[in-house]
Amino acid sequence: MKIAKQYTEEMKGYRLHVLPSNKYKTISIVVKLKAALSKETITKRALLPNVLQKATSSYPSSRKLQGALEDLYGTALSADAAKKGESHILTFRMEVVNDRYLKEEGSLLEKALQILNEVLYHPKEEEGGFLPSIFQREKDTLKQRIHSVKDDKMSYANIRLMDHMCEGEAYGVHAHGHLEDLEDLSNEDLFSYYKELVESDDMDVYVTGDVSQKEVEDLSREYFSRDGLQASGEGWKASDKQVEASREIIEHEEMSQGKLHIGFRTHTLFGEDDYYPLQVFNGIFGGFPSSKLFMNVREKHSLAYYAASRFESHKGLLFVFSGIDPNDYDQAKSIILDQKKAIENGEFTEGEVEESKQQIVHQLKETMEHPYGLVEILYHQQLSGKKITADEIFDRLERVTKEDVVQIAKKIQLDTIYFLTSKEKGDS
Amino acid sequence: MKRREFKHINETIYEEKMDNGLQVFLLSKPEMVKTYGIFTTNYGSIDQTFTPLGKDEEVTVPEGIAHFLEHKLFEKEDRDVFQDFTKLGASANAFTSFTKTAYLFSATSHIYENVKTLVDFVQDPYFSEESVEKEKGIISQEIRMYDDQPDWRGFFGTIGSLYHKHPVKIDIAGTVDSIQNITKDDLYTCYETFYHPSNMVLFIAGNIDAEEMMAYVRENQNNKTFPEAPEINRRFPREPVSAFKSEDAIEMAVSTPKAYVGMKEKVKDLSGEELLRSELFADMLLDYYFSTSGKYYDELYQGGLIDDSFHFETEWEREFGFTILGGDSRDPEAFLKRLKTMMHTLRKESIGDEDFARMKRKKIGEFMRALNSLEFIANQYTHYHMLGINLFDVLPVIESLKKEEMEAFIENWIQESQMTTFQVKPKQ
Repeated sequence: MKIAKQYTEEMKGYRLHVLPSNKYKTISIVVKLKAALSKETITKRALLPNVLQKATSSYPSSRKLQGALEDLYGTALSADAAKKGESHILTFRMEVVNDRYLKEEGSLLEKALQILNEVLYHPKEEEGGFLPSIFQREKDTLKQRIHSVKDDKMSYANIRLMDHMCEGEAYGVHAHGHLEDLEDLSNEDLFSYYKELVESDDMDVYVTGDVSQKEVEDLSREYFSRDGLQASGEGWKASDKQVEASREIIEHEEMSQGKLHIGFRTHTLFGEDDYYPLQVFNGIFGGFPSSKLFMNVREKHSLAYYAASRFESHKGLLFVFSGIDPNDYDQAKSIILDQKKAIENGEFTEGEVEESKQQIVHQLKETMEHPYGLVEILYHQQLSGKKITADEIFDRLERVTKEDVVQIAKKIQLDTIYFLTSKEKGDS
Repeated sequence: MKRREFKHINETIYEEKMDNGLQVFLLSKPEMVKTYGIFTTNYGSIDQTFTPLGKDEEVTVPEGIAHFLEHKLFEKEDRDVFQDFTKLGASANAFTSFTKTAYLFSATSHIYENVKTLVDFVQDPYFSEESVEKEKGIISQEIRMYDDQPDWRGFFGTIGSLYHKHPVKIDIAGTVDSIQNITKDDLYTCYETFYHPSNMVLFIAGNIDAEEMMAYVRENQNNKTFPEAPEINRRFPREPVSAFKSEDAIEMAVSTPKAYVGMKEKVKDLSGEELLRSELFADMLLDYYFSTSGKYYDELYQGGLIDDSFHFETEWEREFGFTILGGDSRDPEAFLKRLKTMMHTLRKESIGDEDFARMKRKKIGEFMRALNSLEFIANQYTHYHMLGINLFDVLPVIESLKKEEMEAFIENWIQESQMTTFQVKPKQ
């Protein structure tokens, strides 16, 4: 099985990836814009997707722009900003119904791309800035969102863990921006940064669906071409560090369930040799409902509803999270750390290794079958500079041995144990 | 086995009612790598008072029992069923709603074994006192997790304020107190009554051969015996048409207040198709006024009364129906006042032909996009089947909607007495 039939072309100022597939009744377009992660730019980059989605020169208000999309059979447009390792990526996604299922004249795809072109390249401009009303409104909205982060205790605990664990590292910046930088941000500053971004960010365009390469190339030439240099496509190599001593941090909020989040350093990045054992390790440790964390924290000791692990591929981190009663902190913590120790000591079967591999393969195949999922997998490769076919991935996974898993378990270092819990111990 | 072709969307459904009453639907999509199976019982959190199979006396069971039963079905005398799926390289899950409990898997290999695992584990319960006690700790943490989520509290708070006594107002998982009363015998009572094949639907979609799969399921079912089951006698309290309270609020630790308007929908005596048409109209109208292209949304957003957390939903079931709109607001009092006024003025507004055509196009596009997903097809096909509707008829139904019919719907839609408001206020 191939990851997908993929045509990649160097175009004027971007890379175009065409992924023809007859599985879908829609065509999906994904545009990725990438720059180095930094505190300087993150707040502007967090705000931009929201501003750009609101008004363009031909559709100068949110209602007009949304109305135009609705006319195209409710074409979906969304944009967001996220960090991957120490790169920051703006993603624009558009999904349009394939004409052949509709009683419609004219190319919906072309009309949709016209709109996307406007959103990216022709925002509504006024006196060297965005429309002041939109700028102000979106700034307020972002401010409120940053304030409200605390209301979702799981994300808040994640952010606090990162604040402590990656203090002083580029990865420690907040993906949604920082309040102090937002306060001072002017419309003109944002606009001039936008001008810079739209020329200098590294850009990849993905198109999947029942399309021909030729058709997509012709349309792309018309709607995505830009001046400006195109970089290699690789992300910024993230910094890594050896942990000298692990830390334990407890913070208090008004809440009834405690959030226990633990951060580790894997010293392993996407596509490296150890990346395959890392995936198998995660499967045995906490990636699935059959993993050690779920079986021990939840099933055996009834301490939690969820207890799981996941890893970050471009910075080399691994996280455990679990929601527990505030009184069960010590017990839950030691059970979690014991599970890692057990893997280091080889206390798992060949059967668990094989099951973990099967789960990973299944998950990959499933993700690849979703248009946006497939794009994300391919983009991981783009970022790491490591192109690999699905068959090679499966083959590399297949070759992982029990000993490899023991070795990676030893390589993974505990960094920070973070516990966000209720104000009074024992009040639940 | 019956074969039903839906030419307009290029899909074919195979269906058969087994001798024991189990309804099976198959959707063969050989171009997909994945297969998804979902086994659903027409039994959810609202089914609290009923006459158990083989008994004459009606019983009322503890709140949260349908969800508790869903958890416990995965545990067998000697193993956890998650492990069985893991060994077969599949992922499994389950969910409980107001009206349904569903068990599902997704797999890219060992399809027949996975189907067998799904059907057999659901049809072979094993409950013990010990495992029931153990589960109480896990579910308590699940409930506490939701207790800390202000959106969830807002949603259930609104429903609680809408309904006088209908069990839809009860949290699906119950409360930490109510689940303490659940016993092994309660679980068997509910299981035997509601998990009879005649009350269930199996849907398998993906990379399957329909003929062979149907034969496989048929043989599996023919090898099992079930008692004769009369139609289930469920009883619901008599619920007034009006809302229980006109306003209500809770306090919790949130940084931004949340506010909602809830409305009870009139579902009594609607046929399946009437229910569908009403749901479509309600959804299209809410979308027309309150999605990002809507004029009411625009006014609320520009006025700083809402942010992008604003959302709405409308749910139409046989026994109940409701619509909820709301989200974060810095000025909840002003927001609720304005929103309620909008709901009333909406009745007097007129919608032009062009706008009506656009509303339909948007709905069609949304539906086509959703058809990319096997999960959507299987889940929604089952949902609509239980309401006496065919999912693939939804498209022609949307096409057949008339403006005059919508106007008649609006006329009868929004009544002050059926509305409530609900706030989540920051703790002082």
